[in-house]
Amino acid sequence: MVDIEALAGIVRDFEPSVEGIEGLRRLTGGASQETWSFDVLRRDAPALGLVLRRTPGGAAAADSRKVSLLDEARLLGLAARAGVPVPEVLAVLPPGGALGDGYLMSRVEGETIPRRILREPRFARARAGLARQCGEILARLHAIPREEVPALRVAPAAIELEDYVRRHRSYGWPKPVFELAVRWLRERAPAGETQPVLVHGDFRSGNLMIDENGVAAVLDWELAHLGDPMEDLGWICVNSWRFGEDHNPVGGFGRREDLFAGYEAAGGMRVDPERVRYWQVLGTLKWGVMCAGMLAVFRSGEDRSVERAAIGRRASEAAIDLLRLMAGRD
Amino acid sequence: MQDPPSAAELVRAVAAFLRDEALPALEGRTAYLARVSANTLEIVARELESAPAADAAERARLLALLGRDATDRASLLELNAELCRRIEMGDIDADTPGLLAHLWSTTLAALAVDQPGYSGYRRALDEAPPERLLPPGP
Repeated sequence: MVDIEALAGIVRDFEPSVEGIEGLRRLTGGASQETWSFDVLRRDAPALGLVLRRTPGGAAAADSRKVSLLDEARLLGLAARAGVPVPEVLAVLPPGGALGDGYLMSRVEGETIPRRILREPRFARARAGLARQCGEILARLHAIPREEVPALRVAPAAIELEDYVRRHRSYGWPKPVFELAVRWLRERAPAGETQPVLVHGDFRSGNLMIDENGVAAVLDWELAHLGDPMEDLGWICVNSWRFGEDHNPVGGFGRREDLFAGYEAAGGMRVDPERVRYWQVLGTLKWGVMCAGMLAVFRSGEDRSVERAAIGRRASEAAIDLLRLMAGRD
Repeated sequence: MQDPPSAAELVRAVAAFLRDEALPALEGRTAYLARVSANTLEIVARELESAPAADAAERARLLALLGRDATDRASLLELNAELCRRIEMGDIDADTPGLLAHLWSTTLAALAVDQPGYSGYRRALDEAPPERLLPPGP
């Protein structure tokens, strides 16, 4: 549980009129990281919605691929200054405190559930501009000077691919389509690596807070790293993130042309569609390996939920997408 | 031989209870997990019904691809592991006759159980298996 007194103390530093905390509820979290939502009651002002991200024991992220919460807080600050819509970081938890390591941020209102965003009429106007807006946001993110970025994992295509090959092999489950995809990707490694930039690493429907005007906030920065900027453009085109609206390659809502035009217009590098497509294939393989990884988490006992178990069976969706993509279908 | 109802029928009955009776009485995360549970039981029911034929067909294709005798007793897991090794070594590749058709059929059979509503599966049902993959770029 969260120590309410300690939480109120942290809030008081930036919001002296705090009178109480209510509505505390856990949003997500595995064994090591937690996300909580709560409301701050204030004198003479409406309640303030906040979100706490923390590792309770102050433990470092169990997965070395993940950004520490302190770095995550820094990245949110950098992204905000670069014009990327993100929640505002309001406080970083003191090291060794009662709440663990982490930070507090504003709670952005909106919708993250892809099927609602893709189908409900109230998002029609947002959907129309979303692909272009995503391109613009990614261009601003990728333009953040590297010297300002914390020391994150550096993973151009070849490193990212071999990392997932190792993970896949570690599960010990033979998957011939994945083996074929590994060879396909190795033989087509993009020539001329670009200078690594800060990439989000999980920029897709589900991690974008959407309101009637478009992207209200980019969430879930834990997979951020230094890499090929085309990675983020390819990932949002992976079929699994279209949630059934597969005629719209960008997140189920838009066209690649609009994503690329927004990216270039906002100062991004000239987009090479083939390179983006390479990252889409690699992204699809990564998703398939991640599904298998969910099974490992289930079997380890860390999370015994039926949800976690069932995701293992989604590796087959990556397999059909890989076969179709490698044959030039999509 | 077990008496009826079949295992698939029993599992479908539980799935229907979860979806039609339990789910409307639940809310929040519990309701969500009840829905996931019903979906999961439907996967189990479909697998119980289709696995014998699908596994036998996959096995026959694997034996042919690997040049093994039709009476070979190796398990499906062993055969798949060998196919993976040979793809990794480059001994079998996309140009090997039958490989792409085999992977296509095997993947469609898996999706028919796991996710018959998945968009990529619905598209693939209307397509022929690929005859070749895209060549390496320029």
